[in-house]
Amino acid sequence: MDMALEIKNLRKEYKSFTLKDVSFSLPQGFIMGLVGPNGAGKTTIIKLIMNLIRRNAGEVKVFGLDNLKGEAEIKSRLGFVHETPSFFEDISLKDIKAAVSLFYKRWDEKLFRSLIVEFGLPLEKKFKKLSHGMKMKFSLALALSHDADFLILDEPTSGLDPVFRRELLERLSGLIQNERKSILFSTHITSDLERTADYITLINHGEIVFSLPKDDVRERWGIVKGGKELLAESYRKLFQSIHETSFGVEALTLDISAARRVLPAGAVIDRASIEDIMIFMDKGDVRA
Amino acid sequence: MRIIISNSSPDPIYEQIDRQIKAQIISGDLAEGEALPSIRKLAQELQISVITTKRAYDELEHEGFINTVIGKGTFVAVQNQELLKEKKMKIVEEKLAGAVSEAKMLGIGIGQLKDMLLLLYKEE
Repeated sequence: MDMALEIKNLRKEYKSFTLKDVSFSLPQGFIMGLVGPNGAGKTTIIKLIMNLIRRNAGEVKVFGLDNLKGEAEIKSRLGFVHETPSFFEDISLKDIKAAVSLFYKRWDEKLFRSLIVEFGLPLEKKFKKLSHGMKMKFSLALALSHDADFLILDEPTSGLDPVFRRELLERLSGLIQNERKSILFSTHITSDLERTADYITLINHGEIVFSLPKDDVRERWGIVKGGKELLAESYRKLFQSIHETSFGVEALTLDISAARRVLPAGAVIDRASIEDIMIFMDKGDVRA
Repeated sequence: MRIIISNSSPDPIYEQIDRQIKAQIISGDLAEGEALPSIRKLAQELQISVITTKRAYDELEHEGFINTVIGKGTFVAVQNQELLKEKKMKIVEEKLAGAVSEAKMLGIGIGQLKDMLLLLYKEE
């Protein structure tokens, strides 16, 4: 399978934060959600892919090309939306579009026009007059209009209402109807991932917790709730992480079918959502 | 084709798709040779992962319900009539087995069960 993105032992050291030798990859034709709490390192990874900051170590390949040596070719085939879209503040959307579109061979003016209408964007207005949501929509319209083979979207759904978010996600799965297109998007809105993402990469404190097909997580991981009897040594190996509350015990299991077989009838076993996993991760150790 | 996905069902989504398509092929709602949507189209329509729909189609193909012709698409396979009949029988058997174990649990005897079945059969 051809890879859209391969990251190996990527490292970035800041004074108060280190991205610790991160590795994962995304096959062509799929959508990956990059998820994690604020400050986990999502934006750092994206900036490193985009070569906006300098890495300390490791390797990044996009379309099989080194992201530093092949930067020009990669960027001509890449659509990028920054977490806080920024263009020249005092220039109208129309003029920004005119400048940006020059960079792309496959610029699709007709598509851009239809997105502008659909997103309700005022082309004559200056960029700085736009709300965050509108800036995001404009940035998305630009990224979607040059037939990019790979979209990298940093928190594209933040500041957008649920209706537009849903439409955007549908548009993304529409894009990968063409199996040469790939999408990486970061988010902390986990419900966005539960729907469309094919792969989920969860990151915390600068480290990858897991990078897996979403179905694997969905079908294997579970939340178990029950009384103190769950603390028994014999169940211990079922649980990744276990917490006592004043009323009982809550645990994360990576093998929901074993839990269903083995645990006593009183235990409640639900599938774990990405949000559940993030909350457990925050409280203790989670490792796939 | 009609597919309804439940997010609260304990069954994996690929299994839900697999089961529903299978049922429609067996009942004849999906006819032999009929084209199915591509895995990517189905994923988009249902707003689920491409990996999920691919897995459902893989299972169906493995079980002989559908065929994928590279470059053309996915179609309902020509069903072996004997096999189809057997599959239909199996569905009835499974449902009856469910009813039997339920009856045993509730302490309903075979005589009473037979009467119930007879009554229901005539009603239909």
